[in-house]
Amino acid sequence: MGNSEYIIEMLNITKEFPGIKANDNVTLQLKKGEIHALLGENGAGKSTLMSILFGLYQPTSGMIKKNGKEVKINNPNDANALNIGMVHQHFKLVECFSVLDNIILGIEPTKGLFLSKKGAREKVTALSDKYGLKVNPDALVSDITVGMQQRTEILKMLYRDNEILIFDEPTAVLTPQEIDELMKIMKNLANEGKSILFITHKLNEIMAISDRCTILRKGKCIGTVNIKDTTKEELSRMMVGRNVSFKVDKKPANVKETVLKVENMTVPSKVHKNNAVKNVSFEVHRGEIVCIAGIDGNGQTELVHALTGLEKISSGTVWFDGADISKASIRERSKSGMSHIPEDRHKHGLVLDYTLEQNMVLQRYWESDFQKAGFIKQGAVREYAERLIEQYDVRSGQGPVTIARSMSGGNQQKAIIAREIDKNPDLLVAVQPTRGLDVGAIEYIHKQLVAQRDKGKAVLLVSLELDEVMDVSDRILVMYEGELVGELDPEKTTVEELGLYMAGAKRTTA
Amino acid sequence: MKNKKSRLNFSSGVTSVAASLICIIIGLLVGLVILYGINSENALDGFSRIIKGGFYLMPKGIGTVLSQTAPLIMTGLSVAFAFKTGLFNIGAAGQYTLGALGALYFALVLHMPWYVCLLAAMLFGAVWGAIPGIFKAYFNVNEVITAIMFNWIGLYAVNEIIYRGALGNMYDLKTTKTYSLRNVSPQSVIPDLGMNQLFKTKSTTIAIFIAIAAAIIIYIIINKTTFGYELKACGHNKEAARYAGINEKRNIVLSMTIAGALSGIGAGLYYLSGVAEWNPQVSTALPAMGFNGIPVALLALSNPIGVIFAALFVSHITVGGGYLPTKYFQPEIADVIIAVIIYLCAFVMLFKGVVINAVSGRKKKKAENDPTDNGADGKEADA
Repeated sequence: MGNSEYIIEMLNITKEFPGIKANDNVTLQLKKGEIHALLGENGAGKSTLMSILFGLYQPTSGMIKKNGKEVKINNPNDANALNIGMVHQHFKLVECFSVLDNIILGIEPTKGLFLSKKGAREKVTALSDKYGLKVNPDALVSDITVGMQQRTEILKMLYRDNEILIFDEPTAVLTPQEIDELMKIMKNLANEGKSILFITHKLNEIMAISDRCTILRKGKCIGTVNIKDTTKEELSRMMVGRNVSFKVDKKPANVKETVLKVENMTVPSKVHKNNAVKNVSFEVHRGEIVCIAGIDGNGQTELVHALTGLEKISSGTVWFDGADISKASIRERSKSGMSHIPEDRHKHGLVLDYTLEQNMVLQRYWESDFQKAGFIKQGAVREYAERLIEQYDVRSGQGPVTIARSMSGGNQQKAIIAREIDKNPDLLVAVQPTRGLDVGAIEYIHKQLVAQRDKGKAVLLVSLELDEVMDVSDRILVMYEGELVGELDPEKTTVEELGLYMAGAKRTTA
Repeated sequence: MKNKKSRLNFSSGVTSVAASLICIIIGLLVGLVILYGINSENALDGFSRIIKGGFYLMPKGIGTVLSQTAPLIMTGLSVAFAFKTGLFNIGAAGQYTLGALGALYFALVLHMPWYVCLLAAMLFGAVWGAIPGIFKAYFNVNEVITAIMFNWIGLYAVNEIIYRGALGNMYDLKTTKTYSLRNVSPQSVIPDLGMNQLFKTKSTTIAIFIAIAAAIIIYIIINKTTFGYELKACGHNKEAARYAGINEKRNIVLSMTIAGALSGIGAGLYYLSGVAEWNPQVSTALPAMGFNGIPVALLALSNPIGVIFAALFVSHITVGGGYLPTKYFQPEIADVIIAVIIYLCAFVMLFKGVVINAVSGRKKKKAENDPTDNGADGKEADA
């Protein structure tokens, strides 16, 4: 073994994909026992770099060293043999297996032909005690929270005695409380001598726990900085290449007539016998941004689906521009002036195997602008897509004919936002529009939402991010267990008070 | 140079054809090995007969290939069309059977002109396709299960209707098949425009042109119309289609109905050309024409224009297999070779990946540094 200062070094890594250099001469050096953040915008090449380290891709050129000795990582098994483990953004767990079974999957301890889980259970319990990873080894993965699933993933790495732990945007799916918990766990791990690579674009988290940070922009390595010696502003400037304002700039709202009026709406749940949305009433007016805040899974998804027609309501009325649309089809609602930026851009927002231009007309291909006698006007579609791409700065490898699947998450989201805003809707329903995006894109999307409001449109924003809720909205409705438990003015409330409402500890409306 | 050509066309068009050709070549090589295994002396001779196909026995062979190809194009289209909506139409055989009944009934009993009979075949097939579609859309019953059951229900029902204890009015006691179309109702035979004389056959009609026209129409529907746009959206991502306000239930039913209609026309083209008569006692197996639509659609990667060529190829080697010297080889050898090719069809997608990698590997050196920021982000690209 060499006695290098660094446990892992990725030197001058270049990775080319057809039409693009995802990594261009990137160098990343990880010290033993440090938390090293990898910061970059969507599509900057962070995931590609980590996939190379984990053996999922081979670099076009460059070298990887462990403890000063060159190594070849051809597949995840090689990575595992070098004690490199990774928690993916989307967990790789078998839903119908218990936590313990998931942890030992692939390296099951056996006695003859039979599993012997006793030793494994002891090891898992010891590990979870040592690092403060609270899980019930016998619970089914499908029954536990996202935070616990993530702890299971971390235990999987520890069980394999991994020394180098990669976390790919670990906080994207967590609630604020779970994020705090994870931060503690990561600190613990580093103190115990594990080396951590932490992929993120959330600056607060980097400032809170990292020792050093390497910044990527458009595949190039911008630099590595000590967190002690830097500021949030400097990091974001290095990441985006310009100054970014964290404060949403907006004038006071000019509230006009009602666009959406919901009366006593109840929506049954698809997963349990209770109602997901219980007897909810509220209004949204022209010229205001109303935000529905709440912890994930408190009925926001069902509420939005009921408003946009994806799910049926069991009682109550939805009025839109004075008309009862409770039973209207999705298409009718869309036609009457409702736009919907969906929560899950891959499930609902895009047909991933369609080209960008085909996706751009997903909500309006049937309009006379784009079809004649049932035939799609290819020229008009192309022109329209090119205009949106230009106007909303949607970046892709091949322009209008790029397959949506091959685009980066941020640009996929921009495409959806372009499509929905360009419909010029009376009501824009935006569900977590900035989820998983970098500060540059978030700033842009917030500006678009405010611009809609200032044009006299109504915006209904559903968000889990407290900062977003406080900064963007004109009025906050808090949802807890399917009910609206409070209406707050962001100017007059605090994050702490909002948190109490979200946790169900406080309520104002009956 | 290649770089000038539209990248999209290059990747989707040329690589698809290349992938299908790789399948065919490997399939043929395996066939050759099998021939060697059975009789090494005559293997090359037999192999060349298979390769020559219809050309081995000019001009009759070509006529035979053409008359076999027409219905195969239709069943291939039927399967390919359903694939586009994300449905697996394993019921093409049953729809084909019902189409045969429609064509024969309107021809032998009602003595209608051929185009009316063909419409009847289409309608009968459409109904049989619609049923699994309705079950799928409104009761969430997997279309494969329903279609397989309706294959057998269709087959035995049709046999019974035609046979009726040897009393059926389409049933000819002497031949134990349905009556010969040319004797009973000549106006129901699809016109041949002199092609029978040209190829010295009895059943080479304009059916092949009707099938090719159908393929072109289906190509246009899928690629140029809003209807095709909706169908494909449903096939790729049902949830996103719903989000876009597309009525996915209606599209499932329509897709299966059209798929059934295409299979029905296939049977019409076959029986109204007088290629063969229906034998209700022997026909206890579903018509192979229906099932062969599946490999044709796979080989063509569900491209309607590709279906024309895939069907031509399958007919070509099937006919070629018929010319194997029976002294040394069973004619079923051709079936084995087709089966190998069909088996390899399942790997077409795999080969396509190989071809794309090979091409991009070569292009990589020339590729300029693209200034755009596209999704080379691993998690998006690897799905």
